[in-house]
Amino acid sequence: MTAYLIRRLWQMVPTLLGVVLLVFFLFKFFGGDPAEILGGLAATEEQINAIRDQLGLNEPWWVQLGIFLKQIVTFDWGKSWATNEPVAQLFMSRMPATLTVMVPILLLEVLLAIPLAMGVAYVRGSLTDRAVMISTTIAVSISLLVYVIVFQYFFAFRLGWFPVQGWSDSFWTNLTTYTPLPVIVVSLVALAPQTRLYRSFFLDELGHDYVRTARAKGLPEKTVLMKHVLRNALIPIMTNVSVLLPGVFVGSVLIEVFFSIPGLGREILLAVNRSDYPVIQAFAIYLAAITMLVNLITDLLYSLVDPRVVLK
Amino acid sequence: MSAAAKQSRGVWALAWTRLKADRVGMVCLWIVAAFMVLVVLTAMDVIAGNWQKEIGVPNAPPHIVGPMPPEAVGAIEVPKGPNVDLSDIDPLAPRYAEWEAAASKYKTEEITRAETLPLGADRLGRDILQKVLKGAEVSIVVGLLAALVATFIGTLLGAVSGFFGGKIGDLLEWVYNVFTAIPSILLIFAFAVIFGRGVMSVVLILGLTGWTGIYRLVRAEFMKHRQRDYVRSAEAIGASSASRMFKHILPNVSHVALVQLSLHVVSFIKSEVILSYLGLGVSVDQVSWGTMLSEAQSELILGYWWQLAAVTVTMAVFVTAFALFTDALRDALDPKLRGLE
Repeated sequence: MTAYLIRRLWQMVPTLLGVVLLVFFLFKFFGGDPAEILGGLAATEEQINAIRDQLGLNEPWWVQLGIFLKQIVTFDWGKSWATNEPVAQLFMSRMPATLTVMVPILLLEVLLAIPLAMGVAYVRGSLTDRAVMISTTIAVSISLLVYVIVFQYFFAFRLGWFPVQGWSDSFWTNLTTYTPLPVIVVSLVALAPQTRLYRSFFLDELGHDYVRTARAKGLPEKTVLMKHVLRNALIPIMTNVSVLLPGVFVGSVLIEVFFSIPGLGREILLAVNRSDYPVIQAFAIYLAAITMLVNLITDLLYSLVDPRVVLK
Repeated sequence: MSAAAKQSRGVWALAWTRLKADRVGMVCLWIVAAFMVLVVLTAMDVIAGNWQKEIGVPNAPPHIVGPMPPEAVGAIEVPKGPNVDLSDIDPLAPRYAEWEAAASKYKTEEITRAETLPLGADRLGRDILQKVLKGAEVSIVVGLLAALVATFIGTLLGAVSGFFGGKIGDLLEWVYNVFTAIPSILLIFAFAVIFGRGVMSVVLILGLTGWTGIYRLVRAEFMKHRQRDYVRSAEAIGASSASRMFKHILPNVSHVALVQLSLHVVSFIKSEVILSYLGLGVSVDQVSWGTMLSEAQSELILGYWWQLAAVTVTMAVFVTAFALFTDALRDALDPKLRGLE
């Protein structure tokens, strides 16, 4: 187990290095000149040169890469060009808002999709099954943007059940007042594709011999479904959740922009619009690291859920 | 397919027969084909060529709703008293005739703006029907081109990685790991900073970030086929690596790439909508479903729902038809998978 962990962590190094190189060269060779972005339109030649000196842009690229690597290892990203806030602090202060919205969304959509998918898979081929499949196909074809616009209009603007948008400093106020509407919209929208996917997992399991055996020896349907089928179907479902998990940390950019939630996603979009390179670069690398750690944790969880999985 | 393919009942001919038997798939194919004709016609400016013309009153409702009541436009009550003749005290009165003569030299064009339009008008009075058609052109072209770019990159890299393996395979696996390690939305944003706005930028952004899934599948297929007898026989008679990869294996795995291509069209069209809403999509002098939806948000609050409805319905019809057609295509090409999803 320890050896496995060490080896997996060691394998992350080249990938992370690749992420760093990709981010570095993308902005170095294809991005605009940082000095000109920082200096603004009215900057003189000397001012731009001074900024270039200060950022080390006059050094050869390998020296700049060295500076970049040092920043990553020491977690010292310097300051955002736009707001002069330290990047690490920016990251930490935006994270809670994103998690407050995204964690309930993930929990709700997975917990609703599992029973729904199991039910639909159980009555496969029936009218209910076909109706659910057709309505999810159509529901999926409408853009998330439309749902957000319409839900906000009806439930917040027309009916006044929820605030239209907003955020406060208190976690509880946020969770009980401001998050319900975005959480409901996004989890309902995500429910359709999730149900379709999980249905296919359940169908796959229901066709196996062990289900027939369980039924043949007279087990009640409830036991067959809840104990035998559900536990086996949970493995592909877990894989799917692990694919969704990194998204939790980015936050749905659209949701955060639309409902004015001061989270990571909105911050990234702001950084993109201001060409705030340090923020984009830092976020890309931090989030890549988090994604890889989440994948490692999922792999460890497999061995807990399924004894057949051996970590090696 | 050509006549030769029909004689030998190749995989494509068989797939086409199976597809023809799928009623839902065929209806969807016709819908998609109709949209493609529309796209070609709008691209050649045959229809919706002057979508930018302001032909209706601002926010003109659709025909079925009827014209807006005059109060809503803000008409001022006409005063009732007699019209007083001011010409004897008006200091400008002597020059009126002179000005009128000068003004008559110029032609003034009376633009009568329509009170209602088939699907209504936006806040500038542009015809929504034409906008939706023009927007469909941009959105569908973006989706198709981006999917082509992604499929091209994914197939090429997947073929090389799966066929050669070894050092090149490891290198490409590393590139794949790097691209999947960065959350996709961040990768899209990072590319958006660099490419800027515009139709081609969106195509490149989505294509360059969206190839990873296709790469993985194509690579697995090439690894499987590389050792098959037909490929080894080709090698024995002296076929080059490139010939084996693209002449022998590729046709046998191209159905995987084709299904992925059409799956990605749908997802890229949806991505374009979100990107345009966030201001990273097509530029302001163009129209796409995404830019229309972002206009529709502020219109809805004022009660002008027609732009939102028009875009939503058009997009839903196209995307549903395309998705169902993709399902039918996959079933036709790979009958083992039928009914699973």
